[in-house]
Amino acid sequence: MSRPAAQSPFLDVEDLVVDYSTPAGPVRAVDHVSFGVPRGGSLAVVGESGCGKSTLARAIVRLLKPAAGRLVLDGTDLATLSERRLRPLRRRVQMVFQDPYGSLDPHLTAEEIVAEPLRLAGVRDKGERRRRAGELLDRVGLPTTARERRPAEFSGGQRQRIGIARALASEPDLLVCDEATSALDVSVQAQVLDLLRELQAETGITYIVIAHHLGVVSEISDDVVVLKAGRVVESGPTAAVLSSPADPYTRALRRAALDPTAIRGLKPRAAAAPAAAAVSSEGTGK
Amino acid sequence: MTSPARDPLLEVEDLQIELVTHRGVVRAVDGVSFTVGRGETVTLIGESGSGKSTTAMGVLRLLPEGLAVLSGAARIGGEDVVADPDAARRARGRTVSLIPQDPMTALSPVHTVGRQLGDALRLRHPELSRAEARERGTQLLDQVRITKPETRWKAYPHQFSGGMLQRILIAIALAAEPRLLVADEPTSALDATVQASILDLLMDLQERTGVGMLMITHDLGVARLVSDRIHVMKEGRFVESGPAEQIVERPAHAYTRKLLAAVPSLGPWDEDGLTDHTPLGAAR
Repeated sequence: MSRPAAQSPFLDVEDLVVDYSTPAGPVRAVDHVSFGVPRGGSLAVVGESGCGKSTLARAIVRLLKPAAGRLVLDGTDLATLSERRLRPLRRRVQMVFQDPYGSLDPHLTAEEIVAEPLRLAGVRDKGERRRRAGELLDRVGLPTTARERRPAEFSGGQRQRIGIARALASEPDLLVCDEATSALDVSVQAQVLDLLRELQAETGITYIVIAHHLGVVSEISDDVVVLKAGRVVESGPTAAVLSSPADPYTRALRRAALDPTAIRGLKPRAAAAPAAAAVSSEGTGK
Repeated sequence: MTSPARDPLLEVEDLQIELVTHRGVVRAVDGVSFTVGRGETVTLIGESGSGKSTTAMGVLRLLPEGLAVLSGAARIGGEDVVADPDAARRARGRTVSLIPQDPMTALSPVHTVGRQLGDALRLRHPELSRAEARERGTQLLDQVRITKPETRWKAYPHQFSGGMLQRILIAIALAAEPRLLVADEPTSALDATVQASILDLLMDLQERTGVGMLMITHDLGVARLVSDRIHVMKEGRFVESGPAEQIVERPAHAYTRKLLAAVPSLGPWDEDGLTDHTPLGAAR
């Protein structure tokens, strides 16, 4: 890092390794990954399915135990902590899950879902929990009538808002969003991205955004890490990486991203320029 | 340029579809009209619940009988499938084929892909022997850029990646030698680079065979890339229709503008200007 030594990153991931054991032997899903995120910053991890980005997310919130490496949050290494020592720190790192349909308890009302972490945080008074849950649901833009409804009665975008409100209830310092908008319609996705930006401006929360969509990455992150087969192939400021990607894999990703307003002409498009065809074979890798 | 068709492959006139749900009857499609000609790609774009897939499934008469009430007209090769559901049954697998949305669940997990592709071939050509079906089938797999088709003929769906399964589904759709392909979100479940290769394959097939395509998508980038014409759908109606360029570059309707504004922008990059068209990530 070129920054003065005094300012170490808020989250510092060093040489992180995550293995899965399978009948065919161990599989290394995350392979010596390192990056840092400053407090109040926003870092995106991008890559295609199977690249290890969701595994990385789950390791950062310690739903998985890394095989090696360090995971230093504000001076404390989470990677090796026992569950008992980790428990009081869990509040500080929260996650918004990809699937807005599967990640909410269908039996609870929206208010109960958001109030649950408050109870775990030691807010004893039920009335107080209800009041705070109500405020959080307001904050993420849900109507007052939403409080008594259950997940099945909400649209995908509304459910994702409940998931965000639940994560915010613990007043985390770090929020990990694992493909939080990929199941949503484009107009709803835009609203959720707006909400995430507003929350960051207000509270100074730090984000790690896991995404496969480069457009989302460009909207929400300052820095980006490109992951392929568990390894970092490229990283840097998002604007720089997206405007002139260095690694062939990043270039293939950038080339495959379809921005409607950047597309010119009509089909047939078979006559793609030789320059594009020459480096294109990475995209479909066998 | 594609030659304008005198007789459209698909001609939909004032199609209405009412669905019987537990909350009562819902008008999912509320009077849409469009045509698809030879060599053309026409795209219905819209968000979830807009009625775009219902339109496509209605045209193929693949909505549950008794729970979907159709009115208006939808002529495939001149025959109205709204008036005569049997006409749709005759057309499916012959004049028209469907490329379904989710490649992971569209195939039977307990039969080899060869068996499933062979079945599709022999539906179209009952006179084919097994060996002949196999020979044609491996050619089709080769056409959709599946390497080592002879070995893969005997493989089961779980032995393929999502992108390869989608190619196999395209091969099965092509087995019918259709004049019209209906593609319902054919790349939504796929990674971006795989999506690029599938779209490239579809455009290439269209160039070579002149097949007409009805594309259903929620992705404006996909729509802009592959379409001749786009219909923007909302609440069962078309709010705007026109050539792909016009819809994206000069949208007239507020809803179209809102959709376009919601697409996260990527900004320029160092390959801009290298190509006239959009560069696709697919290998030939």
